[in-house]
Amino acid sequence: MSVKDTSLGERLREHGISRRSFLNYCAAIASLMALPPGAVPAIAAALEAARRPSVIWLSFQECTGCTESLTRSHSPTIEDLILGTISLDYHHTLQAAAGTAAEAAREQAMQENHGKYLLIVDGSLPGADSNPGYSTIAGVSNYAMLMEAVQGAAAVVAVGTCAAFGGLPGADPNPTGAVSVMDVVKDKPVVNVSGCPPVPMVITGVLVHYLTFGRLPELDQYHRPLAFFGQSIHDRCYRRPFYDKGLFAETFDDAGARAGWCLYRLGCKGPSTYNACATMRWNSGTSWPIEAGHPCLGCSEPHFWDAGGFYTPLSVPTGVPKQALLAAGAAGAAIGGVVATKAKQRVRADAADRQPVTVDELEQKL
Amino acid sequence: MIDPMDFLLLTKGPLFTLAIGICALGLAARLLEILVMGRKHNYSEPRAGEWLPGLRTVLSRTIADPGTIKRAPFNVVVGWLWHLGFIVTLLFFIPHIALIKSLLGLSWPGLPNPAVDLITAVTLVALVATLVHRLTHPVKRRISTVEDYLLWAVVFLVALSGYLAYNRIVTPYPLALGLHILCAEVLLIVLPFTKLTHIFTAFIARWYNGASFGRRGVQS
Repeated sequence: MSVKDTSLGERLREHGISRRSFLNYCAAIASLMALPPGAVPAIAAALEAARRPSVIWLSFQECTGCTESLTRSHSPTIEDLILGTISLDYHHTLQAAAGTAAEAAREQAMQENHGKYLLIVDGSLPGADSNPGYSTIAGVSNYAMLMEAVQGAAAVVAVGTCAAFGGLPGADPNPTGAVSVMDVVKDKPVVNVSGCPPVPMVITGVLVHYLTFGRLPELDQYHRPLAFFGQSIHDRCYRRPFYDKGLFAETFDDAGARAGWCLYRLGCKGPSTYNACATMRWNSGTSWPIEAGHPCLGCSEPHFWDAGGFYTPLSVPTGVPKQALLAAGAAGAAIGGVVATKAKQRVRADAADRQPVTVDELEQKL
Repeated sequence: MIDPMDFLLLTKGPLFTLAIGICALGLAARLLEILVMGRKHNYSEPRAGEWLPGLRTVLSRTIADPGTIKRAPFNVVVGWLWHLGFIVTLLFFIPHIALIKSLLGLSWPGLPNPAVDLITAVTLVALVATLVHRLTHPVKRRISTVEDYLLWAVVFLVALSGYLAYNRIVTPYPLALGLHILCAEVLLIVLPFTKLTHIFTAFIARWYNGASFGRRGVQS
């Protein structure tokens, strides 16, 4: 039996994943996606029987951090296996083939699975009107390759903030004219799994949902799966009680920081960031940035590179030019001074021009 | 519809710069005009100093006299309540302190968030009460102008949007925070050109009154 024909269940058993831990995983996915407990057997059954859907992974203007995030599970976790078990027919970093052979594999997968494959994109791409030379693969511009691959895709998953929102390449001044997948793909369902990088379980969660139900999960207004991006970091943060009590770390090494107080004043963007880090954590649930003592950068939100300093509190405006403020005050003072001086001059002039009239004179006139 | 994060960045960025610039320009112009114009020169021989009575009146006029309390207890109590609530929320909510520190470099300890939350809730109720009173009291109703109602709305919306954002009642949060910042910017822009200038001029006016009393040797 070829690798492609084995079901996910068989593959998991081959790798020594017990049924108990497999069901635990299904239950965790079900609860994360707010599905009823009754859905667990359905997920398990669907996953066990799932024939590997073809996945084409396009990497454009990216740093490979997203792939690192997904593959750097030390022991073969179930997430890792699910990722490994899908028929990843084309992925620059992970595939053995290179050059012409790699591109041929992509072409072949696209033809064989036309209309059915899942297209995963990481990295932004120079837009239709930008210089295509900023990012090419085998001499083909990112835009042309994406548009070709989208034709036969069942759905598109944009992995990472660059693919979802433009990310770092799209940050001001955006020299390459980078755009997100959603900016150019209008006729296919797009799921954004944002984050820099995204939490590994979120991407596999989307895949599991797709394998189980044959459709994409419910999305928020940024096309992110609601199950993972429905709540803010702030609302699920274990340091939230300190925020509520008004206990804040002021520097990275003060008593408050050592006591694990809230990092709002150190620039934490948790209140405006929607992601699953606070609940799912990183490195197999070991820790996550805030637990490690670092404020949330807000990496799963659009424009997070341009949203003010990473270490500037959320309430602080982005870049009020102090000179401009002083200039406005000085201009105002000048205007006020001129108006007042004019008024004083008018009063003095009126006093000088005053022509007193006596009662007798008035009576004569009347 | 504008993207919530775009909206937040617009309000935190160019709109805030514009609003604080207009506020600085307008306030500087109006205050300097008042101070340069001063008062008419008084040629009479002063009976006592001006500075101390002036400062004393700045404080003493803050407390209403017994007659006013008896005639208009609602105005005194509710007026005090919401003014104090607004000022405490403005100056002692940690995110506000962070904002002031970024602009002026000055910082002071804040209040715990639940305390500010409660104070804001009381402020909101008091503000609604002032509107109801204004609409139902025959004299107040007659002397109220469109400006009075507009300024009530501006102040109320600043407090309400802040309350909604803090309690995360409006989602997503970038939209809620952006709305609050936008309301505050409207307040900053209208501040120098409306009755809201009393935030600064009330104290100047009181000082002039007290100084005049002092010069004439009457109780300040």
